[in-house]
Amino acid sequence: MTLTRYSRVAVFGGVYSNHLALAAAIRDAKLREVDAMVCLGDLGAFGPNPDRVFPILHSNDVSVVKGNYDDSISRGLDDCQCGYTEPRDNYYARLSYQYTFKNTSAKNRAWMGTFPDEIRFQLGDLTVLACHGSPRQMNEFLWESTTPTHFLDMLSREHKTDVIVSTHTGIHWERRWGDFNAYVNVGALGRPANDGRTEVWYSVLEAEGQDLAVEFVPVTYDHEALAREMRDEELPEEFVETILTGWWTTCLEILPGKERAAGKF
Amino acid sequence: MRKALPILGRDDPGIDPAVHGGVPSSRDAPEVALRALDQLWFQVSGTVCNLHCNHCFIACSPENHSFWFMTREEVGTALAESVQLGVKEYYFTGGEPFMNRDMLGILEDALALGPVTVLTNGTLLPQRMVDGLRRLANGSRYSLELRVSIDGVTHAMNDAIRGVGAFERAVAAVGRLAAAGFLPIITTMQSWEDRETDQILRDFKALLASVGYDRARLKILPPLRIGAEADRDRGYDVAERVTNDMMEAYPAELLLCSSARLVTNSGVWVCPILLDYPSGLVGATLAEAVSAPARLAEQACYTCWVNGAICSNVAVGTKNFT
Repeated sequence: MTLTRYSRVAVFGGVYSNHLALAAAIRDAKLREVDAMVCLGDLGAFGPNPDRVFPILHSNDVSVVKGNYDDSISRGLDDCQCGYTEPRDNYYARLSYQYTFKNTSAKNRAWMGTFPDEIRFQLGDLTVLACHGSPRQMNEFLWESTTPTHFLDMLSREHKTDVIVSTHTGIHWERRWGDFNAYVNVGALGRPANDGRTEVWYSVLEAEGQDLAVEFVPVTYDHEALAREMRDEELPEEFVETILTGWWTTCLEILPGKERAAGKF
Repeated sequence: MRKALPILGRDDPGIDPAVHGGVPSSRDAPEVALRALDQLWFQVSGTVCNLHCNHCFIACSPENHSFWFMTREEVGTALAESVQLGVKEYYFTGGEPFMNRDMLGILEDALALGPVTVLTNGTLLPQRMVDGLRRLANGSRYSLELRVSIDGVTHAMNDAIRGVGAFERAVAAVGRLAAAGFLPIITTMQSWEDRETDQILRDFKALLASVGYDRARLKILPPLRIGAEADRDRGYDVAERVTNDMMEAYPAELLLCSSARLVTNSGVWVCPILLDYPSGLVGATLAEAVSAPARLAEQACYTCWVNGAICSNVAVGTKNFT
């Protein structure tokens, strides 16, 4: 199969209903004259008014990979499949899921059900596999401190790709190995990266031949407007605090020791 | 691509054993294939421990030499094999891992390859050892997790299980680890009624905060009713056994044996729990062990069937608290 060939692409991670950040990231990506824009799924969750994300994706021709949230919402499952076991995390995850499900139109839910599990393309001379969690499992967390290089190498060999891009964790990082292999966690647009900054992140990948360049792009957007919208929708104040401070206040259980220690809570 | 890993709640009607009548036997034991070797465990101090805990499912003690310490070379051989097998995480258990005199060197080797978790009773972590662990953690891109077992929120509650003096030493070690920037995972076996859990959690948080650990990560484990625990409390009921029927609607990937193996100084076991059972041995070498299925022949398998991969740091069905 011949893959579509690009030289520069923008890749967006979990949107989590943050339509203001998504619009800002798309504006930025267009200024950078990317050939294509890919979103790695999890359109809903956490943020307000999930239906506001969809027209932005449609009108800008963004390709979307299915995330676990999209899978759950489109199939009407009971939860988001994030796999929390901590009661407090589960409480907030449930609140967020029920709100998102209730406020996503049937038409948008059906569209999410059509997203592919992965998108493959050519970037320069490199093959790229874009997925939500990992190539083998939609809800697998690939954190920087718990993902061995040899494990990534196995994934890339088994799934026959030079480069893997994914999201799901919400924190951006990259790893290189071999002559040209790479893994890129593109970060998330939905909420800050637990670093005390209010910007959110997306990634621009560019390749000339087998020479890959990865840029993590901080996105400044009107986070105070998003916080107001979240409060208007009566979403938990803990979520609003994350948007306003850049520190995660929930879903902490899944963080490995190194990433947890780098945060505030 | 595999879809999302299924999430199985403790209240999922699909795992109600009541629907399976009769008394099952081990002859009916289902098999679980290894889908990927995500976790490689090491019985790094064998069954040798400085404590005599009366709930230990493999009855480790200073006198239990059924399994002996692993050398740095033995661990290194398995680590080298693990690279080809794509292992994602390394776990070190015992006995008490810090009784192994090569422990820092072993951890250094493992941390060069991937994330590491050590399960410890916390009684052998003086400041110089904590400093050594800090240096190793700083020198690796991967997480070094310390899981410290404390089985009660008071001297009386803990030491009734783990022995006199264990509480004070473990709690002090948690304070030293926290001061060194670690966020240890405190594991505790549930020896109380469910209705008491909220109060126990509050007491744990207060206890840990009193030694400077205010971002406590807690993991409550169910009792494994084998080894010393069978005498301390009770063994399994005759019907508490996994059968083929019970696996029909059950996602086997929730079980540790579908994604892990345990290396010892003499053979490779299916998981850290079944060391005393011949059915747990799945190969003389790691290469043999990854092609052999797990056989859920022992009653301890029932606890995992109910709770999921209880030995993992984070696993569906376990009770973790932040």
